[in-house]
Amino acid sequence: MMHPETEADLAEAIAGAGGPLRIVGGGTRGIGRPVAGEVLSLAGLAGITLYEPGALTLVARAGTPLAEVEAALAAEGQRLPFEPMDHRALLGTAGAPTIGGVVAVNASGPRRIQAGACRDSLIGVRFVDGRGDVIKNGGRVMKNVTGYDLVKLMAGSFGTIGVLSEVAFKVLPRPEMAATLRMEGLDDEAAVRVLCAALGSPFEVSGAAHVPGGPGVMIRVEGFAASVSYRVAQLRALLLPYGDVVVETEPEAVNAGWKRVRDVEAFAGRPGDVCRISVKPTDGPRAAAAIGAREVMYDWGGGLIWALVPEGRDIRPALAGIGGHATLIRAGAETRAARPVFPPEPAPLAAISAGLRAQFDPRGILNPGLMG
Amino acid sequence: MQMPDPNPAVLSKKARLVARFLSVLPADAVIHDETETRAYECDALTAYRCPPLCAVLPSSTAEVSAILRICHEEGVPVVPRGSGTSLAGGALPTADSVILGVARMNDVLETDYRNRFIRVQTGRTNLSVTGAVEEEDFFYAPDPSSQLACAIAGNIAMNSGGAHCLKYGVTTNNLLGVTLVLMDGTVVEIGGAHLDAGGLDLLGVICGSEGQLGVVTEATLRILRKPEGARPVLIGYDSSEVAGQCVSDIIKAGVLPVAIEFMDRPCIRATEAFAHAGYPDCEALLIVEVEGAADEITEQLDLITAIARRHNPVELRESGSAEESARIWLGRKSAFGAMGQINDYICLDGTIPVSALPHVLKRIAEMSAEYGLGVGNVFHAGDGNMHPLILFDANKPGDLEKCEAFGAEILKLCVEVGGCLTGEHGVGIEKRDLMGTQFTAADMEAQLRVKDVFDPQWLLNPAKVFPLALTAGRRAA
Repeated sequence: MMHPETEADLAEAIAGAGGPLRIVGGGTRGIGRPVAGEVLSLAGLAGITLYEPGALTLVARAGTPLAEVEAALAAEGQRLPFEPMDHRALLGTAGAPTIGGVVAVNASGPRRIQAGACRDSLIGVRFVDGRGDVIKNGGRVMKNVTGYDLVKLMAGSFGTIGVLSEVAFKVLPRPEMAATLRMEGLDDEAAVRVLCAALGSPFEVSGAAHVPGGPGVMIRVEGFAASVSYRVAQLRALLLPYGDVVVETEPEAVNAGWKRVRDVEAFAGRPGDVCRISVKPTDGPRAAAAIGAREVMYDWGGGLIWALVPEGRDIRPALAGIGGHATLIRAGAETRAARPVFPPEPAPLAAISAGLRAQFDPRGILNPGLMG
Repeated sequence: MQMPDPNPAVLSKKARLVARFLSVLPADAVIHDETETRAYECDALTAYRCPPLCAVLPSSTAEVSAILRICHEEGVPVVPRGSGTSLAGGALPTADSVILGVARMNDVLETDYRNRFIRVQTGRTNLSVTGAVEEEDFFYAPDPSSQLACAIAGNIAMNSGGAHCLKYGVTTNNLLGVTLVLMDGTVVEIGGAHLDAGGLDLLGVICGSEGQLGVVTEATLRILRKPEGARPVLIGYDSSEVAGQCVSDIIKAGVLPVAIEFMDRPCIRATEAFAHAGYPDCEALLIVEVEGAADEITEQLDLITAIARRHNPVELRESGSAEESARIWLGRKSAFGAMGQINDYICLDGTIPVSALPHVLKRIAEMSAEYGLGVGNVFHAGDGNMHPLILFDANKPGDLEKCEAFGAEILKLCVEVGGCLTGEHGVGIEKRDLMGTQFTAADMEAQLRVKDVFDPQWLLNPAKVFPLALTAGRRAA
């Protein structure tokens, strides 16, 4: 196992690698095709290198534990805007998630609909490509159009373009208060209508989920206390024609409810494969019905479907004709080896993706085959 | 500003090219007469001009594809053009290039309020996207100052921002999908009405690539419901350091204003003489705007004004009506015009960490004295995106060159303090030769490799973004 402690060590390790590398941060997000290769751990490349609360900017080495980043932000009343998912419960993994791992999988939670995904808050990266060259892109300022945006390319590239050594974020103030409006007993179509109505209102909804058989429709507003109560009242009036509305404001209950959605806790420890499907929100119920899932839950206003399906089932044929894409997040190694984990791309785009990997990793040693 | 010498082989086959274009486009969409091609000789960086070989104005993705296929076969450089409002020379032609203008492609293709997106042809102007949805109280968030004229195509090429991006993000954060035509004419769809990429985030790479990777003909854009209201407060200080501290304190207090604008004394004086907005004559002026319902606005403004008062402002004026709001914004919105009344100017676009503001303003003032050229500073303070306006006299020999040298010094300073060369205008030709101050050879090589993948022959907008010496081998190949 390679365990570099500086960026220079990392570059040297990759330049001198004799074969495929399996890149690991905290090792909690084992998504993708199984990779055979020597483990390259980023855990030693840790520490927050810059944090300016007044400029809403934080920079950290890739191996920094996410918990350390979140604690530093909390101490200043701030947070990562995109509410990164913790995959441990769903995937049955242990260990400490790292900030680099968050970026590598573009982990984004319920607040994605309002604050953007991880890629939208990411303002700079440093990484080592497959040749062993250290490359930086973006920086520490939140408006930057100098040269191509490789920051976005790195977010969600699962270590197949380069190995992150440092990441920079725009962060946001942590709100004074949050509240959840809940509606039970709605079918999926009605639930998505409610979510669309809430998201189409001017009341700055920061979470819009539907957990059938569980809490049902969940709508979150955050901000200063007076503003939250105003918007809760307005939303309640807006949604009452669709059914009864329960309002939850107790902080621990509100947080726990959204953590369950964020981490897809409902499917943790239960048999079956788990798919993550991104569609146009109003296509959500149709997509969910088409795949014949054992159970589904919706986030992102209906546009993100988490589906628990029988082991080994290929859901993609059933989604033909519905736009969007599906990723196999949890499945046995056999299924992940046999079937594309990530959505197959049309030929011209597949050629571009392959071309980019060939440019950045000409020897094909960085998590080879992980994304297909 | 150096541009590559035109390729004589391309110049000599103009007649054949025009004939081929006319075989796929109507006659009025192919502009080849030498007096008419002059209309495309520059963009908003007017100091540099060169008429193209010809200009084509397609009306559909299929026509764009046909044109690119021809240019690809013939080995002819293509310069994509939206509305030609680039301040960086992004749409500046070379004599051997074809201008591909998308101005005729301005249809709304789909509007979906439930799913909160609009799909448009990219020749449509930024403001008319909002115009298409405001009847239902929706809007498109990115709002570059040129929004009346600038096209979505150019917004995507440059990843444009605007005054309100502190809250809503820039183009890349509001772009859901594109129809992209590659240099060989292949049409691809990237993204759509759903969120985020299933594989590599190619949409994120396309946005901000300055028309060098492909031509975006259609775009799916996120639209948002308009806030119930908005109201600004004007705050004047006798020191830019204190104003910078006030901005930092506001942000740390947990308020996220939709805009925080900053103007310095030279800029305030120029706008006062021009627009008579009633601004105080002070060292630094902030305009902070917040959004929401009436009570929400009041709560946020109370918090902001309490912070502002702790720093002893020379003036603090909270808007109480739509009229007062318009008056507060009047000077800021007239700033560029006001500076233009005094003299010619170039507008810079570097971004700095907010904490470096006082140091950078002090250095700019010192350099202004050294160069003997006046500067006014107006910028988006919340995100550190500066717009120093350097005054010069275009009729005075050598003044432009002096002005550009001064501008380059300011941009180098921005990089030195941890910022970047351009926050929202793009590199174009203007900042091309400064790229080496921000990036190492390996940093730039990584970007060039991306272009190698999308456009292996280097025909799309080839003389932009990167130092010419660095791309010479690739362009000649």
